[in-house]
Amino acid sequence: MEKIVLPEIKNLHLIDVYEQNGGYTAVKKAFGQTPDDIIDQVKKSGLRGRGGAAFSAGLKWSFMPKTTDKPKYLCINGDESEPGSFKDRQIFEFNPHQLIEGILITAYAIQAKTTYVYIRGEYHKWIKLFQKALDDAYARGYVGEKMKETFGKEFLVDIYVHKGAGAYICGEESALMNSIEGKRGYPRVKPPFPAQNGLWGCPTTINNVETITNVPAIINKGWEWFSKIGEPKHPGTLLYGISGHVNKPGVYELPTGMLLTDLIYNYAGGVTGNKKILCVIPGGSSMPPLRGDQIEGVKMDAESLKAVGTSIGTAGIMVMDEDTDLVKVLARIAKFYYHESCGQCTPCREGTGWMVKILNRLVNGEGSTHDLDLLISVASNIEGNTICALGEAAAWPVRHMITRFRDYFEQRVKKEVVLPVANKVHSMRHTAFPLADIKE
Amino acid sequence: MEFKFTEENLKKIEEAVKKYPVKKAAVMPVLYIAQEQNGWISQEVIKEVASVLEMHAEDVLGVVTFYTMYHKKPAGKYHLQVCTNVSCMLRGANKIYDHVKDKLKISNGEVTDDNLFSLEEVECMGSCGTAPMIAVNEDFFENLDIQKVDQILESLNK
Ligand SMILES: Cc1cc2nc3c(=O)[nH]c(=O)nc-3n(C[C@H](O)[C@H](O)[C@H](O)COP(=O)(O)O)c2cc1C
Ligand code: SF4
Ligand code: FES
Repeated sequence: MEKIVLPEIKNLHLIDVYEQNGGYTAVKKAFGQTPDDIIDQVKKSGLRGRGGAAFSAGLKWSFMPKTTDKPKYLCINGDESEPGSFKDRQIFEFNPHQLIEGILITAYAIQAKTTYVYIRGEYHKWIKLFQKALDDAYARGYVGEKMKETFGKEFLVDIYVHKGAGAYICGEESALMNSIEGKRGYPRVKPPFPAQNGLWGCPTTINNVETITNVPAIINKGWEWFSKIGEPKHPGTLLYGISGHVNKPGVYELPTGMLLTDLIYNYAGGVTGNKKILCVIPGGSSMPPLRGDQIEGVKMDAESLKAVGTSIGTAGIMVMDEDTDLVKVLARIAKFYYHESCGQCTPCREGTGWMVKILNRLVNGEGSTHDLDLLISVASNIEGNTICALGEAAAWPVRHMITRFRDYFEQRVKKEVVLPVANKVHSMRHTAFPLADIKE
Repeated sequence: MEFKFTEENLKKIEEAVKKYPVKKAAVMPVLYIAQEQNGWISQEVIKEVASVLEMHAEDVLGVVTFYTMYHKKPAGKYHLQVCTNVSCMLRGANKIYDHVKDKLKISNGEVTDDNLFSLEEVECMGSCGTAPMIAVNEDFFENLDIQKVDQILESLNK
C-alpha cells in the first residue's frame, strides 16, 4: 500500500529531497486552477477531517464567504493533546513540506492570506523542526513575498507558527482561535461559526495537520484516485497510533477501514505477553471504549465505528490487557478531563470534579453500586449541556466504560449499600451542589 | 526584583509582534521570551510584558494562569515532567513517577533544596507510542525503565 502522508522516503523532511520527489508541484498545478475548482476536487475526494470529528474538508472550505472586505484566515491545528494521539508530530518531523504545500493549496482555495500553525508548547523539538522547514520554504520563494516570482500569480500567503503553552482545550477550534488572539483559551459559543466569525472576527477555517497534509496528493493524483483508497465513505489513509499493551506500539499509515484486530495483532505485533485483551479505546481517550470481546470484525473508519457505538476520533488506539485495572484507568481519564476543563460551563466544571471524586472512591475500594449509577447520571447531565465538546469527551468514557463493563465495575464495589453514603447520594440528586458535603 | 527585557529580547519581541495584526496577540510568545530570560513569570515580569505590549497587567496575568507551561514560581535547573496519562500508565509510568519522587525526595510541584530539580506530573505529551516518558526541560526521554531513569538523573547530577 502506497503511503500518502508519511511516504517511506529517506530525508523527505529536507526541502531538496522533497523537491526531488515531486514536491511543490501540486501547488503549481493548483494555482493554475480556480479556488472553486480546488474546493470541488477536495469535496469529491471525500477527504474528511483527521482532528476528531471527521467532517468533510471540502465542505468546510465552501462555508468561507466569497465576498468579504475582511481578511480571511487559515488555522492548522497541531495541538495534539488527546491522550493516545501522537501522529501529527510525525508529520512535523518526517514530512513538514507536504504540510506546507497543503497549507498553500488550502489557503489559495479559501483565499486566506495568513495561516497560523498552532503547535502544542510541549512539542519544542517539533516546533523547531517545522520552523526550519518553513524557513527553507520561505527562502525558496514558496511562501510569502517571493511567491509572486515563483508562481507568477498575485496570490501570496504568510505562514506563522503559534506555540501553545500547555492546555488541551486549545485543540478545540474556537479556544485555539482565542489562544492565537493572545487570550485565555476559552471555547466560544457557536454559532457564529468560524467561517463567519473566527480570528479577530474574520472568516476562518481550522483544519488538522494530517487533514491538510493529504491535500497535495489529492491535487496531484486526482480526487478519483483518493476516493478509491480505503472505505468509500471515509476514504484515504489514517495515521493509526497504537499504544498500551502491544509489542510494537507506534504510528502506522494504512487505509481507512482496517480491521482493529489486524492492526493490533499483525501491525502492532500482538498483545504483550500474549495476554487477552480486556478493553480497547479506538480513537483517543475521549472515545467510548470497546470490550475485548467486541472488537472482532470491527473496522476502523467513521461509519463502522459509529455502528458499534464508538467513534474514530484521532485513530489513537489504546490497548489494555486482561490484567489492567480499569477502575484506575477510568479514574485517570476522568482526572485528565477535570484538569483540562476550562471552567466556563457549570456541568463540565463541576461534573468532571464529581466524577473524579467518585472514581477515586472506587479506586480506594469504598465505592458502592449506587456510585456507578451516580457516575452515569453525572455524565449524562454533562452531555449536551456545555459550550464545547470537552463535555462529551469527559462524559463518554465514564458512561460507556461503566455501561459496557458493568460486571467488572460491580465486582469492584461493595454490593451492599453503605447507608450514610446512600442517603447522601439520594439527597444529592435534589441539591444544586450534590457532592459538596461529602467528605472523602 | 525589577525586570527589564534585554536589547536582544526586545528585538525578538518586535519580530513576534509582526506575526499578528494586533499587538496583544503576541502575549504568549512574549511570555516565553520573558520566561527564558527570567526563569519564571514573576509579578515584575507581568508588569513589564504588559507595558511592552500595551496591555493591562490583569490580562497578562489571566493568560499566565491559564496555561500550565508558564512557571508561576521558580523551577529547578532541570524541570522533570513525568506523564502519567493512560498510555504511559499502562507501561509503568506510575512506578517511574514514584521512583523519581523517592529518589529526589520531592513531590509534585516541588523543587529540590539545591534547586537542581523540580518535578511535575503532566498529562499526555504525545509520546504514547514510546511510553513511558519523562521530559527534562525541552527534551523528551522515551521508552523508559527505572534503570534508564537512574542514568538520566545521574547524568544531570554531574
Ligand atoms: C476538547 C477538544 C480538543 C480537541 N483537540 C484537537 C487537537 O488537538 N487537534 C485537532 O486537530 N483537533 C482537535 N479538536 C477538534 C477541533 O475542534 C476541530 O474539529 C479540528 O481541528 C478540525 O479539523 P479537521 O476538520 O481537519 O479534523 C478538539 C476538539 C475538542 C472538543
Ligand atoms: S465544556 Fe468544559 S471545556 Fe468546554 S467550554 Fe464548557 S467548561 Fe470549558
Ligand atoms: S499518555 Fe503519556 S505521552 Fe501520551
